[in-house]
Amino acid sequence: MTPSPAWTRKDLIAIEDLSREELDIIFATAESFKSTLGRSVKKLPSLRGVTVVNLFMEPSTRTRLAFEIAATRLSADVISVMGDASSLVKGETLRDTALNIQALSADMIIMRHSAAGAAKYLSEITDMPVINAGDGAHAHPTQALLDAYTLREKFGPDLTGKHVTILGDILFSRVARSNIWCLKKLGAHVTLAGPSTLVPREFENLGVRVCHDLKQALADADAVMLLRIQHERQTSTHFPSLGEYTSMFGLNKRRAAWLKPNAIIMHPGPINRGVELDSDLADSSRSVILDQVTNGIAVRMAVLYLCASTKSLSTAQ
Amino acid sequence: MSEILCITGGRVIDPANHRDETGDLYARDGKIVSSLTEAERDAATVFDATGLVVCPGFVDLHTHLREPGDSHKETIASGTRAAAAGGYTSIVCMPNTKPPADNAGTIQFIKERIERDAVVNVFPTGCLTVGREGKKLAPTGSLKEAGIVAVTDGGHCVQNNEIMRRALEYAAMFGLVVLDHCEDAAMTDKCAMHEGEWSLRLGLRGMSRSAEDIMVTRDVILSAHSGARIHIQQLSSAYSVDVIRRAKERGVPVTAEVTPQHLALTDEALKNYDTHCKTVPPLRAESDRQTLIEALCDGTIDCIATAHAPHTEMEKDREFDYAPFGMNGLETALSICLQTLVETGRCDLSTLIACLTHKPAAVIGLPKGTLSEGADADITVFDPGAEWTVTPEALQSLSHNSPWLGQTLRGKVTATFVNGRNVLGR
Repeated sequence: MTPSPAWTRKDLIAIEDLSREELDIIFATAESFKSTLGRSVKKLPSLRGVTVVNLFMEPSTRTRLAFEIAATRLSADVISVMGDASSLVKGETLRDTALNIQALSADMIIMRHSAAGAAKYLSEITDMPVINAGDGAHAHPTQALLDAYTLREKFGPDLTGKHVTILGDILFSRVARSNIWCLKKLGAHVTLAGPSTLVPREFENLGVRVCHDLKQALADADAVMLLRIQHERQTSTHFPSLGEYTSMFGLNKRRAAWLKPNAIIMHPGPINRGVELDSDLADSSRSVILDQVTNGIAVRMAVLYLCASTKSLSTAQ
Repeated sequence: MSEILCITGGRVIDPANHRDETGDLYARDGKIVSSLTEAERDAATVFDATGLVVCPGFVDLHTHLREPGDSHKETIASGTRAAAAGGYTSIVCMPNTKPPADNAGTIQFIKERIERDAVVNVFPTGCLTVGREGKKLAPTGSLKEAGIVAVTDGGHCVQNNEIMRRALEYAAMFGLVVLDHCEDAAMTDKCAMHEGEWSLRLGLRGMSRSAEDIMVTRDVILSAHSGARIHIQQLSSAYSVDVIRRAKERGVPVTAEVTPQHLALTDEALKNYDTHCKTVPPLRAESDRQTLIEALCDGTIDCIATAHAPHTEMEKDREFDYAPFGMNGLETALSICLQTLVETGRCDLSTLIACLTHKPAAVIGLPKGTLSEGADADITVFDPGAEWTVTPEALQSLSHNSPWLGQTLRGKVTATFVNGRNVLGR
């Protein structure tokens, strides 16, 4: 594969900065990589000799694993560092951690961090490509890209005019923010739904619809994207209880009947089964949740490959 | 022989005396005088202010000098040099030192350092409550005897309304103004910036204006009921401006300040997670900024204060959530105010100088901010058109946490006289 000359970014920090053309390059690259996932020998030589550090300052299973697998499939050497096992817990600054990783001759950093803006900060203090694997409530660009990729698989490459409802804890969700930008750039209509404390009206300034009536929010949706209720992040002030949330906004069979017949159900995981989504729906034919997980590999391979290419790390050049 | 100063040919602006004319200004033995004898003229130190503005030395009601306890950020020596560089001849320092200035011993220490190191006048404040914890009244009487000019918990707002009420009443007995940073702490817990479109975009927890508005309203109510004087620090919200305006119409003894940064910047300044713009109360929306400018120009807001809050580069150079709140202000205030208020035509130079001089002095009853005959010869001379670049080397403060770092500003102080002596660059 030859990287597109239109891709010039060293880092992937947020969707907001990306052009439509750049999104299409990612999707096209991901498509090529996805076609290799079913091979018996899955490894490609693209990042041979490249050392990727997975710096996860916040707990994560699927995103970290997906990045590890993606980098491994590209033949990179991958080292994962967990926040609670790093020198950051000893008081080392993120700047020093990054400079040390650079001094150890690593080539790329994938970082998850609890502070919004941390990935952008990291990208400014290191020459290595930085891939944002989630920074606070700000952005989770590869999740939005894999969500869009999955939607394109289901509805075709043109998402213009499609309606996507994002339901749940929008205020604290980096997934929602990245999806808002991504879906809007692709021409889809976005509705944000959930309790008023988690879905403030000010989101309308971003060009989306805000709806607190679940029936209305689901009625014209081609896809409903559920978000986990991050009860560990919120103070007790944002909603009374998980039980109350489920009874008012949880997606169950009765409410799923409000959806159009061909509408799909998405979730970035991990699912709180029985809270925001009932198990029978999560496992139903409408659910594309596991497709999202698989597509996450291809999309992350694409992102790693493209950013590495900009820094001339890829052996494919 | 007396020490005699003769500042010649400048545009002398003294708003307290409605003076705005090109002429000379004289001082003898540290006091303003209206004329000199020929012999005195011959013996005078002459400062040629042709083409420059000559005005009373600026007065800042809100400076953090960080000493004792955080002298890596600022000291009384460096902070007062920064004040002089900004044209300030009198500054009121906040009590959130380590240890907090909640006892006469700490005030005594601060006063000794002022005596030893300060190049401008420094007036200390004392804590309103012990340890700035908002639980128990600090010994206000003893603090006054030790030399404080006002009481405040400096950056902490007393959350308990009963304690605030008693603190106001008690301070009033000693003729002290209470300075309050209005913020409902429960509403701003873990928040990093103004709540609005930018906080949504950036994924940062936002501080609602309501957190400020509620406490401003609370303070107005308590002031109205007790008759005690209260001064609201760093007003940032348009609704709070309205509360102050109505309170003043009813005769409530409340005053308010605004900072240059809240006049010049909005929450959009944080779009690249610039920790130099992380401040509390936060930089708010454009509509708030416009209201603050109008309120300053029409007198609803009494004065400009810098809220000079030095932090080291290391403290600001990190993830946004973890960086401390606050920015430097003493050395950029004049330039920012000139550019924001005067160059845009929002107010004239005399109005701006009033907001930097006799109006803040009047808030806490300092005999400063005027060129009246007999007043202390605290004088600022500046060139409103001179350009300068904000670099670490150009700043006197030990800290360089300014949103304007690297930018070229207009308006430069040429001389700062305290008691008739030029202290700029000392």
